[in-house]
Amino acid sequence: MALLELRNVSKIYHLGGEEIRALDGVSLDIDGGEFISIIGPSGSGKSTLMHILGCLDSPSKGEVRLDGMDISKASTAQLARVRNRTIGFVFQFFNLLPKLNVTQNVELPMIYAGIGGRERRERAHKALELVELSHRTKSRPNQLSGGQQQRVAIARALVNDPKIILADEPTGNLDTHTGELILALFRHLAAQGRTVILVTHNPEIAAVTPRRIEIRNGKVAERVDERLAGLDRPNAVAVH
Amino acid sequence: MNLVNAILVGLKEIWAHKFRSALTMLGIILGVSSLVAMSAMVQGMEKGLKEALVAIGGLQKIRVEAQPIPTDQRHLRDFATGVTLHDVRALLASAPEVDVVSPQMRLEPAPTLSANGKNYRTFMTAGVWPIEAELMEHTIAHGRLFSEVDNEQGRNVCVIGTTIRDELWGKPEETGEEVIPVGKSLNVNGVPFTIVGMFEHYESEQDHKERLLRIEEAARERALGPNGKSTRRNRGWGGGGRRGNFAFWVKNNTLYMPLNSMWMKLKSGQTNAPSEPRLSEMEIRIKDVDHMDLALTQIRNTLMVNHRGIEDFSFRTQEDWADQIQSSVRNARLSGGLIAGISLFVGGIGIMNIMLASISERIREIGIRKAVGAGGLDIFVQIIVESVTIAIVGGILGLGFSRAVVWLIGEVTPTDNAPIITVGAMLFAFGFSVVVGLVAGLFPAFKAARLNVIQSLRYD
Repeated sequence: MALLELRNVSKIYHLGGEEIRALDGVSLDIDGGEFISIIGPSGSGKSTLMHILGCLDSPSKGEVRLDGMDISKASTAQLARVRNRTIGFVFQFFNLLPKLNVTQNVELPMIYAGIGGRERRERAHKALELVELSHRTKSRPNQLSGGQQQRVAIARALVNDPKIILADEPTGNLDTHTGELILALFRHLAAQGRTVILVTHNPEIAAVTPRRIEIRNGKVAERVDERLAGLDRPNAVAVH
Repeated sequence: MNLVNAILVGLKEIWAHKFRSALTMLGIILGVSSLVAMSAMVQGMEKGLKEALVAIGGLQKIRVEAQPIPTDQRHLRDFATGVTLHDVRALLASAPEVDVVSPQMRLEPAPTLSANGKNYRTFMTAGVWPIEAELMEHTIAHGRLFSEVDNEQGRNVCVIGTTIRDELWGKPEETGEEVIPVGKSLNVNGVPFTIVGMFEHYESEQDHKERLLRIEEAARERALGPNGKSTRRNRGWGGGGRRGNFAFWVKNNTLYMPLNSMWMKLKSGQTNAPSEPRLSEMEIRIKDVDHMDLALTQIRNTLMVNHRGIEDFSFRTQEDWADQIQSSVRNARLSGGLIAGISLFVGGIGIMNIMLASISERIREIGIRKAVGAGGLDIFVQIIVESVTIAIVGGILGLGFSRAVVWLIGEVTPTDNAPIITVGAMLFAFGFSVVVGLVAGLFPAFKAARLNVIQSLRYD
């Protein structure tokens, strides 16, 4: 059984009486430990797919199973719990809380998991060591560079030891070199056996993952973009 | 997320917006302090009124006063006896609910009292039995009360209130020494009486404090000597001080002498005096306030028989007054409480307003918190805690501030009754402010908890 199973998933919005199918009957399996990218131009529905994969949203139709649990009918409280324990998010704009320092930002998911103060600090420290930021624990996000902020965000995504890391354009706001380092970090995490899902519009980033899913007009495209063909080499790092 | 964390987050949030939070708290501070101050004023007023009620003998007292014969019984006036000692004896013998009866014969119009080369018309001069002093809650401070023997023999003795002493021999706080006129002679309408005792000075607690202050002041002025400048101008007639509560004033203006002395020395000599001594009134103490109606019926029936059915008397109970006190206190409490409550309510609206502004500033933050696993309940608790924390801090500051408000009101409009800040009022005001904070936080917290994750994450 796959870690994530989507069966005929549709997301339908109603805008002024008009029906918009952001996702139209998507079926897809993602196994545990896979390093996978979801690619598609803006408006293709890849963001909607990411929201559903990340339990931020529920599908209008179809079935989503995460680790055997049907989350298409879960309550918002259950979804919050899944987001807290099973999924770690990394966003394009980092989404750190500006009023909290680095450690406090990393501790945030553990607070909602109800983990005690001492264990929180220990685990936050470990996660920050992993992203090589243990020397900036007291800094505020606005005192850090973009790459450092994104590493804090990755540390935050990792602290609750989630099965899935879901990264939405994680290099979109970073320069080429920093972006490479961040991608290397994801590859490292994938090598450790974590499921890493990269959502991007950039085929060159998608090229770093062994498996790619292209979304076009709310559907999984039959054929992957030709531009990706030649880039499908192991260990190839090509950004922009 | 546990509660301690939520409170810490709330406090941090308040601290991050110090000025804004302080302004919001000001509404609660003013609300709480005005609630406490209002209650303190009313409490002071109630205490003053109750003191006066106790001073005149409490609820167990019934006064039977002689009245003109009603119009429809005028043709029977030759048979009317008036209130007499027969009534007293009849009541003691045949009305089981009656505990004590004290006859009173008043000299009216008020006689001229003269002694020490001065004259004074006091408010009340009455011949009574010694029991009257107990019934009217009089306390002898100096000398003694006249006795049954004094009464039997109709001796020329009397007991006076302090105002009579003040008027004839001078106030202690003005002369600097307290004259105790026990043993001195006093003329009542020209008839000499010996003063055998003097009552204590009756006053409310507030007046007592002020009088002590005046004594101190006067002593300081005298210490300056005749050349020293007095800080107080002489106001001519020795007024100056306030007259205080009427009940206390009456008691201080009382001269009591034995009933028989009054009758034999002052009344019977008057022209057209009736052969039977007529009383102006009787003070009755009943055994149980709860049997007031029964007692009144017994007294009325007894008197009706004695008076041959002529209703030339009337009752007065203290219950009317007690009711009046209750209702005026209730009114003051209600109107004061309402106004203070409204101001606290307005403070609550301030909190709600600021919480709404605060969450629309923090939509993105809420989105991030939800994305990393905060449930709606976590966000709800966080907002409620912030709102309640503002209310609690404001409430505590308001309790401190209420002392200042009470002082300020006292300075601007001094009253006879010093306001009393009670612990109960403080607890109530504080509790109310917490409830206001809670209620004010509900809507913003609900709104924040319901925010859509995806939309909040995209919000700028």
